[in-house]
Amino acid sequence: MKTVVEVLKGIRPEFDFATSEDFIADGMLDSFDVITLISELDQSYGISIAGTDILPENVKNLAAITQLLRKYGIAP
Amino acid sequence: MNFDFAGKRIAGILTVLPANERSFMDDMKNFDFPEEKSLKLKKVMGYDRHRIVTGETCVSDLAVHGFRHLFDKGLVKPDELDALVVVTQSPDYFMPATSSVIQGQLNLKHDMLCMDISQGCAGFVIGLIQAFMMLDQASIRKVALVNADVLSRKVSARDKNSFPLIGDAACITIVEKTDDRQPIYANLKMDGTHHDVLIIPAGGFRTPSTPETAVVEDVGDNNYRSKDNLTMNGTAVFNFVQVEVPPMIESLLQQAALPIEQVDYFMFHQPNKFMLNKLADRMRVPRDRMPSNVVENFGNASGATIPTNITLNLAEPLRNGTLMLCMAGFGVGLTWASMVMPVGNLAFCEIIDY
Repeated sequence: MKTVVEVLKGIRPEFDFATSEDFIADGMLDSFDVITLISELDQSYGISIAGTDILPENVKNLAAITQLLRKYGIAP
Repeated sequence: MNFDFAGKRIAGILTVLPANERSFMDDMKNFDFPEEKSLKLKKVMGYDRHRIVTGETCVSDLAVHGFRHLFDKGLVKPDELDALVVVTQSPDYFMPATSSVIQGQLNLKHDMLCMDISQGCAGFVIGLIQAFMMLDQASIRKVALVNADVLSRKVSARDKNSFPLIGDAACITIVEKTDDRQPIYANLKMDGTHHDVLIIPAGGFRTPSTPETAVVEDVGDNNYRSKDNLTMNGTAVFNFVQVEVPPMIESLLQQAALPIEQVDYFMFHQPNKFMLNKLADRMRVPRDRMPSNVVENFGNASGATIPTNITLNLAEPLRNGTLMLCMAGFGVGLTWASMVMPVGNLAFCEIIDY
């Protein structure tokens, strides 16, 4: 199973996601990347993240993504 | 707001698509965007190819082509049409109404009600509601509903968020009275406080087009567009759809006292495959009962996507039988509307090229 960082690096390999507190504000993820991220998380962890949870604040940094996955019973 | 109708039916649906087809991957080569990322988007969002008009083709051109096909094949008799409702966000002119232009080009009778409605992605359901209300009049027995847009002409070719997925189309739906009293249920909501999340900022009377509004600006993420171009706050629209549509459908089916299992297909507006799959999952509807292949084949043509969805995916079963369809549109306004009704024994249900 891929880690969240591995999923993120698969989308934007040029960035170090451990150093940012806000991937979107820092220009590391655009709107297309967010959709791709959700799709990859769905596939990697066998879940379907609800459309209502696809919000910038839920994917803005590693802690937020971890918290989002916990909501679906995933402890990455 | 809830509606219910009886004694009305859809008699036939025709989709007219521009013959000009473009490939998503070819379009994306025009942007500073990695090919690997485009391939991922293609898979996730279901983008593949789209149909857009060439030159100065207008809504009336597509619609007149479709009507002539129906008249020539004897599928509709011109004199039987008592009303013409055109739903579009890209009219031929500010004035007169595009419905009047179409009426004139087809030499339709003068004893006829022509009306334009400014609606987009919810426009098929809104148009059906309007057509059904017209049919309550004794003098109106048959209504032609046209859902048509050529919004590719208002999208910046340098805006990768819009251009590779926009589609143009016209759909003609014939609606008529029937002795069958099977109920039709619909609902709609509108929220004009968010009218700016899907907008063409310039070109109307508020901000007329000028050389300044035509200046193409860098709007971030390597996208460029002018104030004369269509702009969409994708995140806001996505969240609006995910929050508002599932409860709207739940409310509609409650109103109709119809279990979700008794709906054969959920024919929704199609901005992209990802959005529809998320809606299907949230509503616990199997994805194969919510077709999501219109955008990958033809692009997003606003209010024409639901009837195109029907002509693309259900032509054969609807010519030879009847299905319970739940339809939903959502977008500009903001507007969201849905309808559940039996559709079937159609005289025609097909797609033709312009």
